[in-house]
Amino acid sequence: MIVTRALTKRYGQLLAVDGVSLDVREGDRYGFLGPNGSGKTTVVRMLLGLVYATSGTIEVLGQPVPQQISAVLPEIGSLVESPAAYAHLSGRANLALIDASGSRVHGAAWGSRRDRRRRVHEALDRVGLGGIDDRPVRKYSLGMRQRLGLAAALLRSPRLLVLDEPTNGLDPRGIHDIRSLLAELNAAGTTVFLSSHQLSEVEQLCTRIGVVDRGRLVLQDDLTALGGATGRVIVRSPDADRVAAVLDGRVAQRDGDRLIVPDADAAAVNAELIAAGLRVAEIGPERRSLEEVVLSVTSSGSDQFDGAPAAAQRPTVADELAGEADQ
Amino acid sequence: MIRVELIKLARRPRSWVTILLLCLLPAVVAVFVAVTHVAPPPGQGPALLSAVLSNGSLYPAAALAIVLPIFLPVAVAVVAGDAIAGEASSGMLRYLLARPVGRTRLLVAKLIALVAFVLVAVIAVALTSYLTGRLLFGDKPVAVGASGITTNVIANSLSGTGLTPADVLARTAGAVAFIAVSMLGVGAIALFLSTLTDSSLAAALGALAALVTSGVLVALNAAASVSPYLPTRYWLSWLDFFRQPILWRDIDRGFAIQAVYVVVFLAAAWANFASKDITS
Repeated sequence: MIVTRALTKRYGQLLAVDGVSLDVREGDRYGFLGPNGSGKTTVVRMLLGLVYATSGTIEVLGQPVPQQISAVLPEIGSLVESPAAYAHLSGRANLALIDASGSRVHGAAWGSRRDRRRRVHEALDRVGLGGIDDRPVRKYSLGMRQRLGLAAALLRSPRLLVLDEPTNGLDPRGIHDIRSLLAELNAAGTTVFLSSHQLSEVEQLCTRIGVVDRGRLVLQDDLTALGGATGRVIVRSPDADRVAAVLDGRVAQRDGDRLIVPDADAAAVNAELIAAGLRVAEIGPERRSLEEVVLSVTSSGSDQFDGAPAAAQRPTVADELAGEADQ
Repeated sequence: MIRVELIKLARRPRSWVTILLLCLLPAVVAVFVAVTHVAPPPGQGPALLSAVLSNGSLYPAAALAIVLPIFLPVAVAVVAGDAIAGEASSGMLRYLLARPVGRTRLLVAKLIALVAFVLVAVIAVALTSYLTGRLLFGDKPVAVGASGITTNVIANSLSGTGLTPADVLARTAGAVAFIAVSMLGVGAIALFLSTLTDSSLAAALGALAALVTSGVLVALNAAASVSPYLPTRYWLSWLDFFRQPILWRDIDRGFAIQAVYVVVFLAAAWANFASKDITS
C-alpha cells in the first residue's frame, strides 16, 4: 500500500526526514511512532503530496507520488495533525462542502450530487455524530471536531486511511469508540496507517509498527515479533525474603516483594517455590512492553516519549531566563 | 470546485457586510449633499460629486469615485488575501488538496470567486447609488464638455452636449468594467501574496502597501519616469468615460496596465503555489 525508498526531506539546514523506507502492506494496521518533531508529520504530508520530497521515492497504492497523486488521493482518507473546518458553518455543511470539493478528478465524478446528503449522513453516523444539530463548528468541543475530521476522512469509503493523532482531544470513551471503528473498518478491508506519539494507542490498535527517531526509521516490524519473552520470570510474593533464600543466587533484581529471576520457565520456578511452602501472589514470564522496545531503539532521552517532548528538545523559557541570570 | 468557492464566499457573512458597507458610504455622502446642497467645487473632493446635484443618475459614477481610493481596494485586498492564506490558517488547505483538489484548480476557483466578488461589489455600489441618486437629486439632463462634466448649467448649455439616459448608462457600464478590472489588478497582487504566507492579514496589508507605494510614486514628480507602469496610475481614467467625446487614450492604457499586472501576478501565484510545500 505504501512503499517509500530512502525518503528524505530537508528544510534548509534542518534534515526533517532522513532516508526513511516504509513498507505498509495491504490490510495492515500500521502504527507510525515517534516523538513530536521526529518527522512523522512530514512523512505523512509527503505521502499525501502536500510536501515534496528532497530525494527518495514514494509509492502509494502502487502509484508513484507525487506524479500520480490525483489518481491516488481519491482512495485515501486522511487526518493530518489536527482536524479543520469552516468555523462559521455547521458540521453537516462542512462535510457537504468537502464532499463537493474535488468531486471530479480528471473528469470522473466521485459520487453524485444527489447522494451527497446520504454520504454525509453516513459519515457522521459512523463517527457518532449522526444526531448532531446545526450549530456552527465554532461551538464544537475538541472531541467533536476530531470526530468531524474523521467523518471527512471516511466520506469516500477509502481503501487507505492515513491518520495523524486521531484520538487527540478525545475522552476515554471517545478513544475507545474510534479504536473500535478503526478495527471495524480494517476488518472490512481498509488499511490503516496511524501516526502517533502515544505508545498505548498504537499498542492497542496496531499489528505492525514503524518507529521514527530524529527523522530516521529505526525500527519496523510486526508487533507480535517485538513483544517477545525476555527469558526472565517475575515473581511477586509476601515471603520475598525467603523466596530470595530458596532461589539462592538466582535472583537478578529485587524490588520490595517483586523479584526478577533469569529463567525461561515460570512453571518450574513456581513448582520450586510451592515445594518450599512459600506463598506466591503472582508469577509469570517477563515480556517486553512496546515502550521498552521503543526506548531501546531510540537514541534520545526517555522523556521524549509520551511526556512533554517539545520541552525536552528545546530549552524552555525558564531555562533561558535562568541562563541569562547566570551571566 | 468553482461552485464550491462561490458558495463559500456567499455563505460567509463577511462578504455581505463588506458589500453593505461599500454601498452605505455613498448613501451617507448623498444624504449630506442632498440636505445641505453644498457640493465641493469642481476639481475638488470626490470627482463628479458637484455634478450630481443637477442629475441623480450620475450618482453611480460619483459613488464609485468615493469608494475607489480606499474602501474598494481594501475590500478586494481582504478577500483576495484571504483566498489561500485563509484556507491555510484554518487548516482546510491540506484537506482540500488531499481531497484531492488540484492546486491549479483551487487557484482558478479562488480567482473566479474573487472576480465574482469584485463584480457584485462594484455593481451593487452602482445600483444602490443610482437609486439614492434618483431619489435625492432627480434627473435633469446632463451636459458634458471636453473638460468633463461641469456643474454650471448655463455654461453647459453653451459648450457641452446633452447626455441621454442611455448614454449615461453605457458610460457608467464602461466605468464599472474599468474599475472592476483595476480591482482585479489589486486582487492579483493580494492573491499572489496569499500564496506566500499563511496569514491573510499579511497578504491583504501587503497588497495595500503596494498600492500606497504606487499612489505616492504617482504623485511624485521625481518618479515620473516609472509612473506609467504603476498600478494606480490610471485608476481614475474611467472619468474619461464622462467626457465628450470619450477620451480613450488613458482608458486603453489603464486596461492594458491592469491586464499586465493581473497576468504577471497570477502567473507568479501559480508558480509559487503549485511548487510549494504545504506545511500549514
